[in-house]
Amino acid sequence: MATTDQIDSSTVMKRQESEGKTGAPAVAVENLRQSFGSQKVLNGISLTVSRGETLAVLGRSGTGKSVLLRIIIGLQKPDSGSVRIHGQDIAGFTLDQLGEIRKKMGFLFQHAALYDSLTVEQNVAFPLQHHRKMTKSEQSDRVRGLLAEVGMEGHLDKMPADISGGMQKRVGLARALALDPDILLLDEPTAGLDPISSGEIDDLVLKLQDEHHMASIVVTHDLHSAKTIADRLALLDQGNVVIAGTFEDLQKSDIEFVREFLKHS
Amino acid sequence: MIDHTVTGVDAPVSQRAKTFIDAPVDFVKHTINGTLEWFGDLGTFFWQVVRAAVTPPFEFRELFRQLDEIGSKSLPLVALAGAATGVVLSLEARYSLTRFGAKSLLPAAIVFSVIHETGPIITGLVVSGRVGAGIGAELASMKVTEQIDAIEASAVNPYRLLAATRILACILMLPLLTLAGDACGLLMGWVTQAMVEPLSLHQFINSGFSGADFNDFLPPTLKTAVFGLIIGLIACFQGMRTQGGAAGVGRAATSSVVLSSLFVILADVVLVKIIIVFFP
Repeated sequence: MATTDQIDSSTVMKRQESEGKTGAPAVAVENLRQSFGSQKVLNGISLTVSRGETLAVLGRSGTGKSVLLRIIIGLQKPDSGSVRIHGQDIAGFTLDQLGEIRKKMGFLFQHAALYDSLTVEQNVAFPLQHHRKMTKSEQSDRVRGLLAEVGMEGHLDKMPADISGGMQKRVGLARALALDPDILLLDEPTAGLDPISSGEIDDLVLKLQDEHHMASIVVTHDLHSAKTIADRLALLDQGNVVIAGTFEDLQKSDIEFVREFLKHS
Repeated sequence: MIDHTVTGVDAPVSQRAKTFIDAPVDFVKHTINGTLEWFGDLGTFFWQVVRAAVTPPFEFRELFRQLDEIGSKSLPLVALAGAATGVVLSLEARYSLTRFGAKSLLPAAIVFSVIHETGPIITGLVVSGRVGAGIGAELASMKVTEQIDAIEASAVNPYRLLAATRILACILMLPLLTLAGDACGLLMGWVTQAMVEPLSLHQFINSGFSGADFNDFLPPTLKTAVFGLIIGLIACFQGMRTQGGAAGVGRAATSSVVLSSLFVILADVVLVKIIIVFFP
């Protein structure tokens, strides 16, 4: 584990150096617009997230929350607007250039998106195999450490199809953390889970943020979860940010949509 | 506001005639646009794959896995198809050549038919069926379950990891599979002959290859590398552009097989002509 600790501390130092140099927020989204045919999904959204901060993005279904995350990590190109990661505008980046940015980011997909032909252990090892020069035993230690962090250390050899949805999300989270990212993007981490599993995922996210101090963006429908894990909340409606602030700010708001949303959540 | 437009059988004759003409014209326009768009997207995809394939890091581990998946696992099917072709060729050629009094040319007819055309094309079509469907369905399934997005999000280039490795494996394995198919075809061609009248394998090979040289053997075998490129490229392209859940996966698998088989046959026409011109 000494090697893992060394890697972690050197990565953290690099991260602090880079942010010290640029002084830019971890993620800055400016005037983002995205349409699908005649349907405007994002209509000029601007948001920033600093290191160590967690932003929850809330809104009704189809308001472009997941699209926002996909644009931030470069899986989708916006019609207009800019995305800056640590001050770098990713527009016009090639796939390999985007790869360098993505090494600093972890993404938990809504349905975990685990590789179904690989075991749990191989899924978590995947980013390490491609981006870290490690011996087999170092890699194995790192994977076991990550799976222990998410409470999945006893399921190394299982296939994704053989574990529950909640377990798949935990493994997805371990995979997202494999490269020790600066930025964590979580797409509906508690969707489709029972209240106890949702609570466990929330606790896990809180614990990881406490330990890793990442900038996190959490897309969710679950107001309770958002309130628990986020420092700030942004409520989206018709492609716009209706309100961004703390949960108390939302509670105090006079905006009709905000009141309706809180009432039905 | 009431719409007074009359359509269908109640429409005036001039309007019906216009619709009668417009409908096929629109269909042709739509088909041509769709086809050009498909070729354009295929060209862009091919360029992305080439660019990813020639720049490091190289995905050797995945390449070896695909060589096994595409090569070793297609071998029994190719061998069986080759053997069946050898038997049929032997029976047909014996019947025809005996009628024309040229029975002594039987071994040469079988050898030339197998190594020139039936071996390569049968291998191409068998592999496009097995591998084309496999790659198309696998990648399509990965696409609709966001696994390809997850690969990209892990800072790994999916064109390099998924497409380049599969296409390269197809290019490398097709000529080798063709050799295996040819060998089985010739062997079964001899067995079929030997069952009718005594003929040693040595005699069959000596007689069959007596007029053959390197140009009869190498270009037809190597042309299957082009078949491999076609099969791999089309299957990866159809798989990675899939949309729409389980139905999309089904469509990708079907279209991979249909299109790769079709383009293998069309490419064969062109390649045979090129081989005849350059390797007479």
